[in-house]
Amino acid sequence: MKFVIIIISMVLVNNYPLAQFLGICPFLGVSKDLDSSTGMGIAVTFVMVLATAVTWPIQQLLNRFGIGYLQTVVFILVIAALVQLVEMFMKKSMPALYKSLGIFLPLITTNCAVLGVCITNIDSSYNYIESLVNAFGAGIGFLFAMVVMAGVRTKLVDQSRIPESFRGVPIVLITAAILSLSFMGFNGMFS
Amino acid sequence: MNIVIPVALVAIVGLLASCMLSYASKVFAVQEDQLFLDLRAELPGANCGGCGFAGCDDYAHAMAEGGETPCTKCSVGGPAVAKKLASLLGQDAGSMEKKMAFVMCNGTTDNASKLYEYEDIDSCKAAKQLFGGSKTCPYGCIGLGDCVQACEFDAIRIIDGVAVVGRDYCTSCGACAKACPQKLIKIIPESAKVQVRCHNEQKGADARKGCKVACIGCGQCAKVCPKGAITVENNLSKIDPEKCIKCGLCAAKCPTGAIQDVLHTAEQKEKIKKSLQMKEAKEAEKRKEAALKAKAEKEAAAKAAAEAKTEETTKA
Repeated sequence: MKFVIIIISMVLVNNYPLAQFLGICPFLGVSKDLDSSTGMGIAVTFVMVLATAVTWPIQQLLNRFGIGYLQTVVFILVIAALVQLVEMFMKKSMPALYKSLGIFLPLITTNCAVLGVCITNIDSSYNYIESLVNAFGAGIGFLFAMVVMAGVRTKLVDQSRIPESFRGVPIVLITAAILSLSFMGFNGMFS
Repeated sequence: MNIVIPVALVAIVGLLASCMLSYASKVFAVQEDQLFLDLRAELPGANCGGCGFAGCDDYAHAMAEGGETPCTKCSVGGPAVAKKLASLLGQDAGSMEKKMAFVMCNGTTDNASKLYEYEDIDSCKAAKQLFGGSKTCPYGCIGLGDCVQACEFDAIRIIDGVAVVGRDYCTSCGACAKACPQKLIKIIPESAKVQVRCHNEQKGADARKGCKVACIGCGQCAKVCPKGAITVENNLSKIDPEKCIKCGLCAAKCPTGAIQDVLHTAEQKEKIKKSLQMKEAKEAEKRKEAALKAKAEKEAAAKAAAEAKTEETTKA
């Protein structure tokens, strides 16, 4: 039951781009069409789970030496190296998957949402399994937000008559703001 | 001493990561297609995106995989690279015309009048927000060099307040055309050496007010063109490069000098102008003669009619 609550809270209540404003860059940058936003969302989910799987034990190590404050630096280092490794591995053994996700992987290396999920796991003092579930939920939440945004944006560009001064980035920011506002409605779902 | 453990730990983590990555790059090394490597070696590596792909690597991949990707997309390398690519791919290079960027404005500080003094961010896009730029002509080159910044090849410069393309350096990648907020720059065949150097769609008088060398849409070039290559649309002449034979007559005829001819030397231009004037003088004379003749005939006919009338009356 706890896992379900964690996932729902990460997807709806604490949605990363829309409620916690993490990972805004790909959220605005890659959400132009449905295909690439889905690809990006899946890639982020994958990297989040993987990064959590590696950083959680490292945090325990840091804590043992009493240098938990170094988590940000060490996490960035580890995540960057990890993503590179995953990219190489995928290129070699899963060319098809690499083709669809490959271009997004380097972008994710320094994504703050990935680092954010690793640090949140530590701050919420989740155990290992809970951390992984939390990371998965965060990834799904990101994917969800990306897909919704891409859907809205394709409709916006094709079918609405946007005033000239709002065309391009301004209307995207406004869309994101309204989406974010509507997600605030989930606040207090679990009181 | 407290610092030793953190430093050592981070160093160890970094070292482990780098060892792991360098080992992985050996283990997971992917054998690249030899054709791709060859193609990639021939491409200029400017990564300008002029071909429509994400970079030289992407373009080489697309070609190596076969299919419909033509080998003539690289405008930076031009025909020379296209030929090499074609021989690698075993296809015919076809005819790839060298192209270049062309700025459709000659509104230098002498030619174009100023609307106001602009002193703000050095960016055409910013200046355009203020009444469409500091020049009176709302279509003209703003001259703050957005195109210069966009150019990867240092081929475009602002000279006297107008962007000028260096013909020898331009690779026709089209970056400047994309950067220009006035949409003044177009990519034309390198051979199209007679061009209308204006982009003003205002009516003649308004256009002339803003700039001495504006195209006023008078249509004299269209009349003088022996091949009918020139049309006037929205008060602006357009030369069809496929019909144009680069005779230079339109440039000689243009009353404002809006048509630029870089093919002929000054002497040749003078010659073209003189022969055009002589031809016109002859035609004018002919017309005059014809008019005189017609007048005389008319008078004679009238006289005859009057005589006939008087004869009738006397008979009666």
